[in-house]
Amino acid sequence: MTLSGGPAQRVPVSTEEVWDMAVIAGGRLVRMSPMRRREALAGFLFVFPWLLSLLLFTTYPVLRAFYLSFTEYNIVQPPKWTGIANYRTMFTTDTAFWPSVRNSAYYALISVPLRLVLALALALLLNLRARGIGAYRTLYYLPALAPPVAGTIIFILMFEPDRGLINAVLGGLGFSEPGWLTDPKWSKPALIILSLWGLGAESLIFLAGLKEIPPSLLEAAAIDGAGPWQRFRNITIPLLTPVILFNLVLGVIGSFQVFTQALVIGGTTGEPLESTLMFMVHIYRNAFRYFSMGYASALAVMLFLAILAITLIIFRSARVWVYYEGEER
Amino acid sequence: MEQNPEGPARVYSLDAGRSSRDVGLPIVGRSSVRRRLVPVVRHALLAGVALLFLLPFYWMVTSALKDNTEIFARPIQWWPRTMRWENFGTAMNYPGFPFLRLLWNSVYYSGTVTVGTVISCAAVGYGFARLRFPGRDFLFILTVATLMIPPIVTFIPTYVIFKNVNLLGTYAPLIIPNCLGNAFFIFLMRQFFKGLPWELSDAAKVDGAGELRIFWQIMLPLVRSALMVVAVFTFLYTWHDFFGPLIYLSDVSQYPLSLGLFAFRAQRTTEWALLMAASTLATAPLVVLFFFTQRYFLGGIAMTGIKG
Repeated sequence: MTLSGGPAQRVPVSTEEVWDMAVIAGGRLVRMSPMRRREALAGFLFVFPWLLSLLLFTTYPVLRAFYLSFTEYNIVQPPKWTGIANYRTMFTTDTAFWPSVRNSAYYALISVPLRLVLALALALLLNLRARGIGAYRTLYYLPALAPPVAGTIIFILMFEPDRGLINAVLGGLGFSEPGWLTDPKWSKPALIILSLWGLGAESLIFLAGLKEIPPSLLEAAAIDGAGPWQRFRNITIPLLTPVILFNLVLGVIGSFQVFTQALVIGGTTGEPLESTLMFMVHIYRNAFRYFSMGYASALAVMLFLAILAITLIIFRSARVWVYYEGEER
Repeated sequence: MEQNPEGPARVYSLDAGRSSRDVGLPIVGRSSVRRRLVPVVRHALLAGVALLFLLPFYWMVTSALKDNTEIFARPIQWWPRTMRWENFGTAMNYPGFPFLRLLWNSVYYSGTVTVGTVISCAAVGYGFARLRFPGRDFLFILTVATLMIPPIVTFIPTYVIFKNVNLLGTYAPLIIPNCLGNAFFIFLMRQFFKGLPWELSDAAKVDGAGELRIFWQIMLPLVRSALMVVAVFTFLYTWHDFFGPLIYLSDVSQYPLSLGLFAFRAQRTTEWALLMAASTLATAPLVVLFFFTQRYFLGGIAMTGIKG
């Protein structure tokens, strides 16, 4: 654990604790039968690479990030303890903090529900009985293959306000032509539209959920006189709630961390007028442009806590709205 | 997910044994007009949506073959007046976009990470699934818990680690951590190994096979399709990876395609035809790969909920 040198930089896990854990594990090993012991040793060897990674590239960095968030650290000089100064900075002197929070919140609040609804609609479409439905599935999934940088560049071209494809079509149909990526009011909607392009992947998850629904249930309901909407509302949706929960949680986690698209469109300053300055871009800029690693760590910790809190709230609420078969809660 | 016995498209009865394809959508009456009309409407809907999804690809490829005035022509120029194949040559030989070099970097980066991830996740998943050792369950719960941590939290200290051992500007920081395992894929492999019958490994043990042999010769072949799922998605993620190369690499000759494209765009903001040619070149290898490994992609999503 001395990889980053300096006695002041030790990980806050005491060596005694580690030792105790080793002794307990070792004690158990000693008391085992030879065969069980051999199995246990094999087990350790099998998971060893991951244990290394867990320690070196997860546990240590997470603890370290928490520690760094209370310091001033520019990589060149050793970190200097500054207490909660970084956290105070966010709410006082950092004028880009709230704009980036607002941008990310706007993006998440609109794109997550929109994507859920549209992905479900697409899945229903892909669940239709039609010849060659497999080919459609493939086609809808294709955009997920485009590297995010390439996809973003394509959309920048199509969103070109004066003569881009999208405005040419809108203008041709007699609609007004928004400034898209040049207009702070339209840049986030444009980002959201870009995110919809990759919807096929989510809809395939929904589709898998739809396939799990026993046809007999729907047939029984139809025989009892339930119309299509009633069947959808009272059978399909409840049985799909675990998938909805899954897509919701992943969607929230992903939308708070949108980075590549925002950076390609708005650069590190979130052009136009900070309107695409997402929270992740703000962290990136502080960490790897200004090398304010301490402050960037504090921002990263905030992101972590925010995502954790929102996920916990969603899971808590899931008890009310998610239906688990054969299980009572 | 490929339960694909499509059946004659005209059977709309309530017979048992049909899949739940029509969930929530009208079960159609039997009048012959509707019977003929409904498939048409369905295909129109499906094809319309497909066109929307494909339009950006279409625009990318055709723009790559136009000149800049055609791209922005009004009325819209849907097809290039003359095919400017030379745009691809120009883009590939552009000083800031050494395409073959970038392509090789992407293949190298995605290839090594894929091999490393498949091996480590298979071994670790097997360890968690089939071997008993003290602390196993705790470690597994810890593994799943790490999925909650946004990568940026670990990125900053990890960057400092690699800076201190002088490995910035190399592929080591991009490859090493990934090759030691990936929490999600470990979880996935564990589920698969858990599903295999115990009699198999017990019998092998009675015959005197060691744990490594049981893993390598008996268990691994049985989860081949799961390994393929891990492989194709790891390859895709790594090919798409932008953040890692962005912070760790500094020289264009080292860039993978995604970062090279970003740099190209930063230099030539107005050369749209060339930019589209470069984008096409960066996307094409994945599309080719996809067509050969489709069933693992689509099946993988259905099985596990991984996205692209």
